[in-house]
Amino acid sequence: MSDDRGRGIVSDIDRRRPWVRRPLRLIQGILLLATLLVGLGPILWTAKGALSPTQDLLRDPLRLWPSSVEWGNLSTAWTDLRVGHYLLNTVVLVGGSWFVQLFVAAAGAFALSVLRPRFGRLVYGAVLATLFVPGSVSLVALYLTVLDLSLVNSPWAVWLPAGAHAFNVLIMKQFFDALPRELYQAAQVDGAGPIRLFWQIVMPMSRPILAVVSLLAVMEGWKDFLWPMVAISDADAQPLAVALPRLAETAEQNTVIAGMLVAIIPPLVLFLVFQRHIVRGISFTGLKG
Amino acid sequence: MVLVFGCFAWWPILRSLVLSVQYTNLVDPPTWVGLDNFSNLLADPLLWTTVRNTVWFVLLALVFGFPLPILLSVVMSELRRFSGLFRVLVYLPVAIPPVVAVLMWKWFYDPDFGMFNQVLGVFGLGPFPWLQDTATAMPSLVLEATWAASGSTVLIYLAALTSVPGELYEAAEIDGASIWRRVWHVTLPQLRGVLLIMLLLQIIGTFRVFTEPFVLTDGGPEDSTVTILLLIYRYAFINGDYGTAAALGVLLALALGVISAVYLRLTRKWSRT
Repeated sequence: MSDDRGRGIVSDIDRRRPWVRRPLRLIQGILLLATLLVGLGPILWTAKGALSPTQDLLRDPLRLWPSSVEWGNLSTAWTDLRVGHYLLNTVVLVGGSWFVQLFVAAAGAFALSVLRPRFGRLVYGAVLATLFVPGSVSLVALYLTVLDLSLVNSPWAVWLPAGAHAFNVLIMKQFFDALPRELYQAAQVDGAGPIRLFWQIVMPMSRPILAVVSLLAVMEGWKDFLWPMVAISDADAQPLAVALPRLAETAEQNTVIAGMLVAIIPPLVLFLVFQRHIVRGISFTGLKG
Repeated sequence: MVLVFGCFAWWPILRSLVLSVQYTNLVDPPTWVGLDNFSNLLADPLLWTTVRNTVWFVLLALVFGFPLPILLSVVMSELRRFSGLFRVLVYLPVAIPPVVAVLMWKWFYDPDFGMFNQVLGVFGLGPFPWLQDTATAMPSLVLEATWAASGSTVLIYLAALTSVPGELYEAAEIDGASIWRRVWHVTLPQLRGVLLIMLLLQIIGTFRVFTEPFVLTDGGPEDSTVTILLLIYRYAFINGDYGTAAALGVLLALALGVISAVYLRLTRKWSRT
């Protein structure tokens, strides 16, 4: 980041002084080691554990390399623990939540920002008000609501509540508000109705914000634990995150760790591929939140 | 949108209020019980243990988890090499799903086979009971939670640090301010707004801790890690007493609301001066 702003706390003159340069080097080295150990270490540990015989974990936990590499653990986890099945459940739940979130946020923000119906301000206020009520507080009532709509155990029980995400509406609306209004007026003069305006003018211009919301939605959905556990009690329909603690109590440990590895890989790949966007999204949402 | 928010945001909030004055077990039709749920709740000795535990968790999380990201981000913003690599490494724990992270740490904390006791054993320390002792269980949870959450906070601070104008440092340097004084008198005051918001968000977030105590300790040993959300979960989904669970939820919301209001009022004064 120091490159972006020209100069930081430590100036170029400081950097040339030995009593600044040496400690700075030292700090850099220590930080590199520490972040490697703390950030990458646990992931490597999981990868190692997933490919080791269980004996290794118990006899020699500090071992750096498995005594014999057992790729079979992964396939055992995939078939016997049905990790593949749970992973598919996760993908379905996350995918649906992503779509519902994006649709609700985009359509809602479009209506509030561009169409501006009567009571729009009131609705927007009510949406923002939900930001101040922590989601976990209405957990029980939400469960009973889902029960009344007889959505329990169906993926809709996760998809629909995910859509009620005030924060997405907020950042989408701010984005739409910043688009030039003349554009909408010109399109309306040319005879475009609200639906055409939405699909052909607003959506193509909103790609950056759609990407940010999408990434955050997928990462969040992948992490979700409490609500899917409550809403989907049928063991067969549970996502991987909910199934893993249950499996950990009974199954062979190295296959459970193999399952953990499977659960880590998709969000990790997603993060590494889109890290620039995610970093930008976090700094943006964090500052606004 | 109105439909989705209506069903899954506004209605549940209102319904929490209604539920909190009803007795519901899903079998019989709900009956109005007035404030009975609240008085049952206040009479439950576990409630006070829970409140104490949760406040303890929040305080520990602040002591560990608030200064660490500030320190990391300030140092990271000054390093010229590997800055991209650092950002990725710091964020990695955040990318790991919390449940998986918690299961990992359960291994690390294992008194016999765990990484921590093994490594400390090399230096002749321990073995420590970590999660199995009432005194160390909560700090152990906080350590895991701090590890899991710091990365995103660091990224937010890094973004905020770029908006600190370089001229301020220039001026401070010309006035003869040392590097430490520049951090103290320029960087931290410039970040004040973000720091204050993040502190509040962290307090609110840590009050709602659930996954760590649920998976790592299930509230034990001897109820020393039962948190408010875990108690709500137990009331509702283990005892089937939805009314009392909703009442506790309402109390938690009120408490958080009061904390936020007081905090914002106090800091508004402070940030003006």
